Amino acid sequence: MNLHEFQARELFRDAGMPVPPGRVATTPEEAAAITADMGGAAVVKAQVHSGGRGKAGGVKLAGTPEEAETHTRAILGMTIRGLTVHKVLLVPLENIAGERYVGILVDRAVQAPLFMVSREGGVDIEEVAATNPAAITKLRVDPRFGLLPHQAYRLGRALFDAPSLARQCAAVLSQLYQVFMNNGASLCEVNPLIATEAGEVKAIDAKVTIDGNELFRRPRLESLRDPDAEPLAETRARAAGLSFVKLDGNVGCCVNGAGLAMATMDLVKYYGGEPANFLDIGGSSNPDKVVAALEIITADPSVQVILFNIFGGITRCDDVARGIVEATKRADIRAPILIRLTGTNEARARDILAAEGFSAFTSMDDVVRAAVERAAA
Amino acid sequence: MSIFVDESTRVVVQGITGRDGSFHTARMIDYGTHVVAGVTPGKGGRVVEGPGGARVPVFDTMNDAVAASGANASVIYVPPPFAASAIMEAAESGVEFIVCITEGVPVLDMTRAYAFVADHGVRLLGPNCPGVISPGKATVGIISGDIVTPGPVGVVSRSGTLTYEAVGQLTGAGIGQTTCVGIGGDPIIGTTFIDCLRAFAEDAETRAVVMIGEIGGTDEQEAAEFAGHSLDLPIIGFIAGQTAPPGRRMGHAGAIISGSSGTAEEKIRAFRENGIGVARRPVDIVHLTREALR
Repeated sequence: MNLHEFQARELFRDAGMPVPPGRVATTPEEAAAITADMGGAAVVKAQVHSGGRGKAGGVKLAGTPEEAETHTRAILGMTIRGLTVHKVLLVPLENIAGERYVGILVDRAVQAPLFMVSREGGVDIEEVAATNPAAITKLRVDPRFGLLPHQAYRLGRALFDAPSLARQCAAVLSQLYQVFMNNGASLCEVNPLIATEAGEVKAIDAKVTIDGNELFRRPRLESLRDPDAEPLAETRARAAGLSFVKLDGNVGCCVNGAGLAMATMDLVKYYGGEPANFLDIGGSSNPDKVVAALEIITADPSVQVILFNIFGGITRCDDVARGIVEATKRADIRAPILIRLTGTNEARARDILAAEGFSAFTSMDDVVRAAVERAAA
Repeated sequence: MSIFVDESTRVVVQGITGRDGSFHTARMIDYGTHVVAGVTPGKGGRVVEGPGGARVPVFDTMNDAVAASGANASVIYVPPPFAASAIMEAAESGVEFIVCITEGVPVLDMTRAYAFVADHGVRLLGPNCPGVISPGKATVGIISGDIVTPGPVGVVSRSGTLTYEAVGQLTGAGIGQTTCVGIGGDPIIGTTFIDCLRAFAEDAETRAVVMIGEIGGTDEQEAAEFAGHSLDLPIIGFIAGQTAPPGRRMGHAGAIISGSSGTAEEKIRAFRENGIGVARRPVDIVHLTREALR
């Protein structure tokens, strides 16, 4: 789960990191008043879960409260990589002498937290990684010992020549590690971490992603979830215990298991169709989940055909069949439903479906081909 | 032959009295797996009854269970908050092989458990995996015996149901398996593709391997490179997620494309460059495997 910048900044401040105070506005007038409070100038930053905000015009300098109002009017409601901006963050202007990148993530390759830092700050770090990997210093942290003081200092020296800045930077990195561990993060990033002309190190950006598996024991972080920041269908899917991602095609997909769901989408594409969604109904699916899944899929007006691909293991085919029957009784589903099921309780499932006039395929290849044909018709 | 589990595997079920634990204990016993003990803290002294009159004694701790039963493997069905602890308890108890089925284990918990397990020299499979089955010998985890049959092909996969799909198609085409391993879809896992390829290469009966990957990370690329340089074993590869958009988690915690890294194209290219046959559709896995066995 991604946090907004203004939320991540609060976690950083709680840990003692040097983060300049900022305030959130939802209207241009509010932005003007906050800017006046801040001494008449501010940076206006769009709050969306997306990188590339600057390039998209979502970050502007305001020299007066009136300018802040104008910029905020332009930024609120704009779309950045498909996401609408509902809030802006206002922060003070800084005199920047140098920009750095610092980040920590769980790295699969080293099976541990990994710091990545670079003197190439303020730019897209993935571009640096691709074009100039030598500019990035990495450090694996043993989670049993944490970030050791000499390691933090070594990273600080990698970023700053001046001993005072290196020491301040080391302190920031130790605090960032605490934020990372104490909040169950999978990514914490500051880009840029700056040195001011006055010789102070400050974090003027904040990005935090929380591991979704941590949320059960971190209700405070769950409460930071912004329902406006994701499509309504995904919020509804999560509430129903389904894993759902909206895509652009017209073949609605309902599958058990994430890997099989992806393979089903790929096969739709292989036969010339476009999947409308990724949807995993999970392992032990009960009929209610299937009903919820069908409601979510049919709420998308572009869906022309609904494709079920079920390989019963823990998932029982008869549960899925009952769910399909139940859903079609509750709502008038206009898109044709094509079903493939095989595995646990397959015969019972076929009986349930046949009684309601449905038939089912046994092969994944056949059902996908048929669904793509129906969607194109 | 087979890898990781066979007739000599003696399993402790951690979380044996829970809903999933008791259900799959019965299925494992039904398949002929030697389930020799169970653990649920606070329920020591009970007995779980299984098919064919099986009676599995329950203990409070792994140490007690292993001491009493001589178990050499464990399988974990405990809920996510306790899974990392269960893994570490198993690593200390003297078993050589741990399978963690639990989905949703916090990743930072796993970083600690991973280091602990490595220190004890124990093999961990998972978490968030379907387990492992050696057809005709034993199943440890949740893979159904109905879809497998003994034969010469090793199967290793990051996914659950997609593994069943592929194995089901192989079996349907009359192509049997030595062992089918699900390594799990999480970012931090105990056993990787490379570990499995190495084990299959050392197994005298495995004549070809089907490797089923998905988007996210670079495990498949590293395995492809390893196979290309060090193995003389035909490998058939499949990658799920060619249509997945970047930056979105596709169900599995590890199935996410970050920037330009972890895409299906990148993995398929690595397969091709290292002589691994690439199946574009699940059904092509069968065709390519049949060719490889010729």
